[in-house]
Amino acid sequence: MASSEPSSFKMLLTLGLAGMVSGLVLVGIYTVTAPRIERNRAEALDRAVYQVLPGAVRKETSEPNPEGDVVYAGYDAEDALLGYAIPAEGAGFQDTIRLLYGVNLERRRVVGMRVLESRETPGLGDKIFKDLDFVAEFDDLAIDPAIEAVPKGSAAEAWQVDAITGATISSKAIVRIINDGNERWLEELH
Amino acid sequence: MAAPPTTVNEDFIRGLWKENPVFVQLLGLCPALAVTNSAINAVAMSAATAFVLCGSSVLVSSMRSIIPKQVRITTFIIVIATFVTVADFTLMALLPDVHKELGAFIALIVANCLILGRQEAFASRNTVGRALADAAGMSTGFGIALLMLGGIREILGSGSLFGVSLFGDSFEPWIIMILPPGGFLTIGLLLVVFARMERRKGGAS
Repeated sequence: MASSEPSSFKMLLTLGLAGMVSGLVLVGIYTVTAPRIERNRAEALDRAVYQVLPGAVRKETSEPNPEGDVVYAGYDAEDALLGYAIPAEGAGFQDTIRLLYGVNLERRRVVGMRVLESRETPGLGDKIFKDLDFVAEFDDLAIDPAIEAVPKGSAAEAWQVDAITGATISSKAIVRIINDGNERWLEELH
Repeated sequence: MAAPPTTVNEDFIRGLWKENPVFVQLLGLCPALAVTNSAINAVAMSAATAFVLCGSSVLVSSMRSIIPKQVRITTFIIVIATFVTVADFTLMALLPDVHKELGAFIALIVANCLILGRQEAFASRNTVGRALADAAGMSTGFGIALLMLGGIREILGSGSLFGVSLFGDSFEPWIIMILPPGGFLTIGLLLVVFARMERRKGGAS
């Protein structure tokens, strides 16, 4: 460096310019990628709707409720209502877990669950979507009186789920999110 | 230590092995341990880090004469953070599954001391060409280290490599290897191997 003590003005100018250029780049990359990211999200949600409502071939988005949230009604090949796919979210171990689950109102059962977004502990909490045995427990699960997570191996009742060993909080979070979702929506959907 | 390298070629080679960022300089251990529970994660993390490191080095090196040295670290961080965010959004748009897998660790590249360290120690004092060679070498070295860690941990911890099952059903995976302690065990053992090799070389000369 030439001078050992540059003026404050030069320092301000450098940082100001760097900040401005950086801001412009960020706005640019956000503008370019936002539609694509939005589409990825929509596609993931779309795929998940058919996964949590096995047998569904057509979906219909409900009217938004007063809070602006929607559910998806799934219909089978004969156009009979199979159930609803309900997006729900809540606090996990580290960050919000967003998930989608399918519920069959006639049989009062959860028929599928997919985690859409989560930041649970790698190797432990992330088993809520990586451990397929855990995910499969939500394929046929009674919702009355309420879903309950119990220590692994002790699920006996139709509404009980074997929690993941080492990830009890994440397992319970999933169960709580679904129970809360049921509370919010099931009355309205009837 | 050998004489400081002077050619672009040597700038590149140095980062691969002799000054490997993970095994020799012990930099960037957080991502090196956190995301290497599978080989594919290791590759994605290395690629994102390489992009940020090379981009930042070129930019910092080309602006090295106009950045006042009192605010250089701040400027480096702004440059690095910008590249990290670009990488973050690009991954989210193009490879959403990989992004989901790496989660918060992409954003945390900004705190990887390997990147800031190379700006301070090399890019801000050398020409663009040499800075790029150095960044590419360090990135490759980082990638080699992550791939070794990820490969070992995935083979032992899941019985597979790049998701391809290696041993069939008879193999009982060592779950601990894909959990955090497995990362520490693996890097510890690899460091022992590295230190031994170094000492043997040192003793021979």
